[in-house]
Amino acid sequence: MSSMQFGIFSVGDLTVDPTNGSIPTENEKFKALVAIAKKVEDIGGDVFAVGEHHDAGFVPPSISTLHAFIAAQTERLILSTSIAHITTNDPVKMAEDYATLQHLSDGRVDLVLGRGNTAQVYPWFGKDPSKGVELTIENYQLLRRLWDEDLVNWEGKFRTPLQSFTSIPRPLDGVAPFVWHGSIRTPEVAEIAAYYGDGYFANNIFWPKEHYIRLINFYRQRYAHYGHGEPEQAIVGLGGQFFMRKNSQDAVNEFRPYFDNAPVYGHGPSLEDFQAQTPLTVGSPQEVIEKTLSFADYFGDYQRQMFLVDHAGLPLKVVLEQLDLLGEILPTLRAEFDARRPANVPDAPTHANRVAARDAALAAESSVEVDA
Amino acid sequence: MTTVVALSAGLSETSSTRLLADRLVESFGRQFGDASVEVVTLRELAHDIVDATLTGFASPRLQDVLDKVTAADGLIVATPIYKASFPGLFKSFIDALDADAVIGKPVLLGATGGTARHSLAIDHALRPLFGYLQALVVPTGVFASTHDWGADGAQALEQRIDRAAGELASLLKGAGTGRARDDEFDLFSDTFLSISNPGGAADDRS
Repeated sequence: MSSMQFGIFSVGDLTVDPTNGSIPTENEKFKALVAIAKKVEDIGGDVFAVGEHHDAGFVPPSISTLHAFIAAQTERLILSTSIAHITTNDPVKMAEDYATLQHLSDGRVDLVLGRGNTAQVYPWFGKDPSKGVELTIENYQLLRRLWDEDLVNWEGKFRTPLQSFTSIPRPLDGVAPFVWHGSIRTPEVAEIAAYYGDGYFANNIFWPKEHYIRLINFYRQRYAHYGHGEPEQAIVGLGGQFFMRKNSQDAVNEFRPYFDNAPVYGHGPSLEDFQAQTPLTVGSPQEVIEKTLSFADYFGDYQRQMFLVDHAGLPLKVVLEQLDLLGEILPTLRAEFDARRPANVPDAPTHANRVAARDAALAAESSVEVDA
Repeated sequence: MTTVVALSAGLSETSSTRLLADRLVESFGRQFGDASVEVVTLRELAHDIVDATLTGFASPRLQDVLDKVTAADGLIVATPIYKASFPGLFKSFIDALDADAVIGKPVLLGATGGTARHSLAIDHALRPLFGYLQALVVPTGVFASTHDWGADGAQALEQRIDRAAGELASLLKGAGTGRARDDEFDLFSDTFLSISNPGGAADDRS
């Protein structure tokens, strides 16, 4: 694995294919997600993530169940979220579910946490949608302690107190799953990531780069403020989206009906305008390489690049073809990103390198004691 | 130099709303003296404005105008009145502004309509909108109906224009409202501080 990770993230949306009116069933979509995840491993990708959803028109509500199924059929792939709701889930259950997945997958799990983007979900889980930021802060503070401390006494505003509670299973090798915090507009979320020295993920899909640059720079500064390293050593993940064909014009022609009818930006700006103004690339593999490499110019050298591919009603067959094309450009992307990367920028987090870092820190500590 | 942006929301190509905006700008310039005034016609940005309502971000040329409005010291607004209020395009433009873009900014409100029966739209539609935005609206609103452009009303319109533009000029020559948008994140809000104080008062780590 190179210093940077590449992967696919899915929204899990059940969207009509505008070219033929067909829509996948829930069962077909689940099977498609599994097929996509396995394909990511096949093409040499590192990460597969899926977003938590509870509203009709999406799968899946239970990511750890899906990921356990995928983990059983893969060997290297890191399974992640895009995002998991830190607001509406009970932190105790999250600590249990994802630690279980961590054991079953031998450490191949990390999380991107976020608030979720739909207010109607909150009352379904007994939560107040106007308390999104407060829930994010308190729930994460508790999740952190459940994983980092064997015995927790805790009291907060949003759930019953805990007394002498031990969350099980304990994290694999004593190192909890790595956590990224995802946000597209809330500086408090970047502050949480900075305070804990966690990663920060910007979905980098819908809006111009300037919007994300502001939040990422803020996160990098605060990461340094809290003493975790230099700003350029903060752990940044980005989204992106592409549609590739060997011939650029073929990509544009094939993708245009999907773009024009896409749930988020459809019926608005032209494909050409949207492409010029956002990270979307519709074109040849070379064009995707160039635009993706430009992200590091804007956001600094970073650790993880995720792409959204299965959306807007694109059929599974086409999505898998897109992944084959991604596999062909991955070696170039890895080499080019590595070539520009300063030595002091940390590698992407994995369970193995985090366990090694923890062991090295413990060894350094004990050698100091011996010296003294 | 003091900068003022004049927004004309007239939708027809030769527009009485643009004419009103130009008259307000002329009167303001005459009374204020050296100021940089730019007139922006929303019609030319119509597609960009609608796209922004769908995508949540502005195209480069719309962003350029939004930035100018946000950076301006004062605003002159002229909009037609359709069906008892301003047209949707004007509201969609305002919706594309950041919520705090015009806080504390002196604003002159002007409107045009077919008959004088629309004249209170400045007070029942435009003032509440700019009140919500926490702008400082000058006391005199300038409504111009078809009648005002004719011989009978022209002199009265001229007087209203000069009075309103004089109020804007006077405000901009003074110390303003003392308020402006704050572009930084508030690191000292209770919410922000709670992040680096996990557990807070209720914590029991002993």
